Amino acid sequence: MSIPNGQAQGLVRQKNKAKYRGWLCAYLFIAPLMIGLIVFYIIPFIQSVLYSFTDIDSFNNATFIGMANYQKMFTDPDMWRSLGNTLLWVVITVPIGILLSLIVAALLNTNIKGKSAYRTLYFLPVVTMPAAIAMVWKWIFNGQFGILNQFLALFGIPAHNWITDPKYAFWMVMIVGIWSAMGYNMVILLAGMQGISGSYYEVASIEGANPFQQFFKVTLPLLTPTLFFVLLTSIISGFQVFDIIYMMIGKGSPAYESTQTILMLYYRNAFDYSNKGYASAVAVFLFLIILVITAVQMKLQKKWVNYD
Amino acid sequence: MKLRKRGRIVVHIILLLGLIIVVFPFIWMLLTSFKTHAEAVQVPPCIFPKHLNLEGYTKIFTELPFLQVYCNTIISTIVTVVAQVVLCSMAGYAFGRLEFPGKNVIFLLILSVLMVPGQIFLVPQYLIIMHMGLLDTIAALFLPNLFSAFGTFLLRQFFMSLPKELEEAAVLDGCNQFQTFGKIMLPLAKPGIVSLVIFTAKFAWNDFMWPLIVNTSLDKTILGPALSALQGQYTNDYTGQMAGAVLSVIPIVILFFIFQKQFIEGVAQAGIKG
Repeated sequence: MSIPNGQAQGLVRQKNKAKYRGWLCAYLFIAPLMIGLIVFYIIPFIQSVLYSFTDIDSFNNATFIGMANYQKMFTDPDMWRSLGNTLLWVVITVPIGILLSLIVAALLNTNIKGKSAYRTLYFLPVVTMPAAIAMVWKWIFNGQFGILNQFLALFGIPAHNWITDPKYAFWMVMIVGIWSAMGYNMVILLAGMQGISGSYYEVASIEGANPFQQFFKVTLPLLTPTLFFVLLTSIISGFQVFDIIYMMIGKGSPAYESTQTILMLYYRNAFDYSNKGYASAVAVFLFLIILVITAVQMKLQKKWVNYD
Repeated sequence: MKLRKRGRIVVHIILLLGLIIVVFPFIWMLLTSFKTHAEAVQVPPCIFPKHLNLEGYTKIFTELPFLQVYCNTIISTIVTVVAQVVLCSMAGYAFGRLEFPGKNVIFLLILSVLMVPGQIFLVPQYLIIMHMGLLDTIAALFLPNLFSAFGTFLLRQFFMSLPKELEEAAVLDGCNQFQTFGKIMLPLAKPGIVSLVIFTAKFAWNDFMWPLIVNTSLDKTILGPALSALQGQYTNDYTGQMAGAVLSVIPIVILFFIFQKQFIEGVAQAGIKG
């Protein structure tokens, strides 16, 4: 028995109608978000790249100037110093920060009491406002009345102007950076450790491995995917450090130059000097650095990350 | 890992020493905020204030529009959270569960927004807000933050993990797509939405660079940049500065202690899935 031709067409038409209605519905679901993302993110991204080839005057009229911003950038001592400072920040804070959070996570991954209380308190700096954190540490490090100098005096160490002296300032800000990011990585590493099956440790302890051997022979190799994630995200956020430095090192500070990172340079040019074309070139450059570093790490991971 | 008793004591000692460094700045901030100026700058240091002196707190409310800044922060946080939950759950549902032409290409666009460092958008975003005539308004504080690629990605992952049978049952019961979304899927996505709320609330409350750029008037900004202004205005008044710091961290810290499990698990999960 066959369905009459007209009826079959009707069925197909009905089915198509339902399909189109389903599509329309899906587009309605994504439309509000997509309009916002296009207006505030996707078009601005393209604009930033275009602006980087222009000179924008104080009335925000852009004139095309080709590669001049990039040429200026590569001959700008300010740029090289900022890049050097940013790299120093990443090279110092990322390994030390990860090492410390790894130690805390390993200690919390044992059979001690009060684990969740420790975990909660160690995480506290992650949720608090960077601006407030920076203010408190600045007060602790204050050269005249700061508690750090008064504490160090107990050991006969002379007072220093920790955050106005260019010799120390950047290192002190790095301490704060490590302090505020540690809890975040600790929680991710701890979760990774808890995902490792207990049977590995049973075998290891039957074979007579002590806790240190268990950590280096079992935990660490199986944790490499998590370590990779932590390394990647820490480096990316290291390149974008801003709030803490902006708050701790004021505009007139003698330590301003020695603590200027790429993002500080970008901010100053875009919004203090109205050099928006040049600032856009700096932003594009930062984007390319992050892109290259991420790509290199993705390649290198094959050498040290174990996926089972 | 199993440790013997002596090992456990050593672990506690190390963790407690670390904890002192982690918690000390919070305690010092709180103690200083209740001191008099003389107590704050005393050498040798005065650890505990003699009386609970509220001078620091009254000063920031009388000499700065701190109450206004506080309201701005609350408004901005609530609007951002509500908008992100609505927009990201709708879009996350469509990307996670519906079929439509161009889906993969559009989703790739969202992923690319996620991968670009946020600062690259700032100059054009600033110019857009300026052309809209919204510089120095409350709306400027949150407008670009209402649309989140991260939130959409997070909720898409969540919607994808729900079983398909639920949808089929809903269709058999005669629900249309909006009803299926609102009545069946949305309630099931609650854990994912809670994570998004927490992430967004923390982000919006602590935001710094964007409000610093778009709103230069003190009464139109939020707490982070206001602290920066407070610091500039009262360079040597540490009790006022610490009072401002205490007030700006208290709501989010309270929220954290109430929802600490969700906060921490949200972060931990992001790491595992990443």
